[in-house]
Amino acid sequence: MAFGAFGATATATTPAEPAIRRRSRVVLLLLLPGVLYLALFFLAPLLSLVMTSFQAPVEFGDIGQYQAAFRWENYTTVLDAYGPHIVRSFVFAATATVAALLFSFPLAYFIGVKLRRFPLLQALGLTLVIAPFFISFLLRTLAWKQLLSDESWFVSALHGLQILPPGEHVTGTAFSVIFGLTYNFIPFMTLPIYTSLERLDLRYVEAGGDLYSSPASTFFRVTVPLAAPGIISGALLTFIPAAGDYINASRDFLGSTDTAMIGNVIEANFLVLQNYPAAAALSLILMVAILIPVSVYVMRSGTDDLL
Amino acid sequence: MSSLTRWFGRYALWIYSTIAFVFLLIPIVYTIVFSFNDSRRSNIVWRGFTLDNWTQVCQSQGVCEAFGNSLVVGVAATLIATTLGTMIAIALVRFRFPLRKSTTLLLFLPMATPEVVLGAGLAAEFLTAGVPKGMLTVILAHTMFCISFVVVTVRARVASLDPALEEAGRDLYASPTQVFMRITFPLLLPGIIAAALLSFALSFDDFIITNFNSGSFVTFPKYVYTAAARGIPAEANVIASAVFVVAIVFVVATQLSAAAKRKRLARQG
Repeated sequence: MAFGAFGATATATTPAEPAIRRRSRVVLLLLLPGVLYLALFFLAPLLSLVMTSFQAPVEFGDIGQYQAAFRWENYTTVLDAYGPHIVRSFVFAATATVAALLFSFPLAYFIGVKLRRFPLLQALGLTLVIAPFFISFLLRTLAWKQLLSDESWFVSALHGLQILPPGEHVTGTAFSVIFGLTYNFIPFMTLPIYTSLERLDLRYVEAGGDLYSSPASTFFRVTVPLAAPGIISGALLTFIPAAGDYINASRDFLGSTDTAMIGNVIEANFLVLQNYPAAAALSLILMVAILIPVSVYVMRSGTDDLL
Repeated sequence: MSSLTRWFGRYALWIYSTIAFVFLLIPIVYTIVFSFNDSRRSNIVWRGFTLDNWTQVCQSQGVCEAFGNSLVVGVAATLIATTLGTMIAIALVRFRFPLRKSTTLLLFLPMATPEVVLGAGLAAEFLTAGVPKGMLTVILAHTMFCISFVVVTVRARVASLDPALEEAGRDLYASPTQVFMRITFPLLLPGIIAAALLSFALSFDDFIITNFNSGSFVTFPKYVYTAAARGIPAEANVIASAVFVVAIVFVVATQLSAAAKRKRLARQG
């Protein structure tokens, strides 16, 4: 997958470099349909967002009627109105990314290093990691909603032990939204880290011990740097969908109106309020914010290793 | 240090990982268990075991229709995306051409763009162009985000293809079409199948982009989203559980056959 998530499967065998043909009409025929498709349904929509984000309402028009204009104020308006939602999205997504990393690293180490001698167990471990992907995203989130609801034995126990004060809930809070984001994107974090650790040469770790490095120091100065490519890919793969997600934070799922994220606001503005310019401006703000870490990643890894 | 601490230190990672696996499986087990719930209106409280939800899945209004729509969209988007993506993957590995880096970037960006942005962008485009939302716009949208994933998957397969096999075909006077149909394509097929399955899975479970571009057209995830406000019928759990079982059986079968193949190769030395 992207960001080298499945990198391990890609480098099974590398035969001699094929005779690469430099110029040929065939290449145009091969590329053109797909590239045109992406131009039409990926690039053009982005352009469409830019144009929509500057539109002004039609005078005396109905709700949802806009005309071409150059209204910069649309951006300042949404930043004023939805500043907290934007900040919240990035804080939630960043927290979920860190939580997913802490959860995933030991698990990925276990599957990639400890289970090396047991190929079938390793395959089973990987299958268990990706298993959540095979059950509907919405239903697995709703399952957590039920499991964390006031009626569940878990929350009753928290109330009974007075860890959770009476009247306080688990669902509909920042905690439950971040919990949901973390759970839903854990496989995106575990897989790339696994890919890095699976290739980790244990002799480097042994060398650290031989040179009188403490286990902790070996871990942070040998293991972690060698796993860094996987950690970076995993962080991007978790952060990007988490920042734009609006299922977990939705009122009908794990959130409440107090936890609305930028995705919820874009959805509401576009599909309910028909305030297309506001939705477009918010989408572009999100896009630009995501592009910053992504372009750093692209520049560091080089375009050849992107896919 | 007591022997208990030492024992714990030795097996800590095993214990942690077991708990982590259980944690990952909790909502899956929950969803499957509640597909057997003898629920009446909302499927929240356990009321006893029944097979009725499984035997009469289509009784709950709209579930089967939404599921059917998702299948149609998934198959259509997969067919288009797999064709276009495979062609690009071959071009990227086998040819040097101008703007190669820009093409790579164009393929990478949809995977790095949040789904809301993709969804809102397409919706804005369809709105401006006056295209009515419906099945067609959903298929167009799904195809778009599947192409990049197909390219990534098939590209790996093209890169690991031994060009000597194709050369041998040409040496034996096979025409370029024959070489492609009888050598290249069969060798790429496992990669193409993997890409098609990935596409289908991505399309089938997509909600965010679909929600922006479907209008009144209902896919399975959209059905669940709308029903979430008033309570999900157990029949939705049945469909999700059935899909889960099929997918898991498929993954396990693929892994077992790959393991058997490795063993066979190892024995041949």
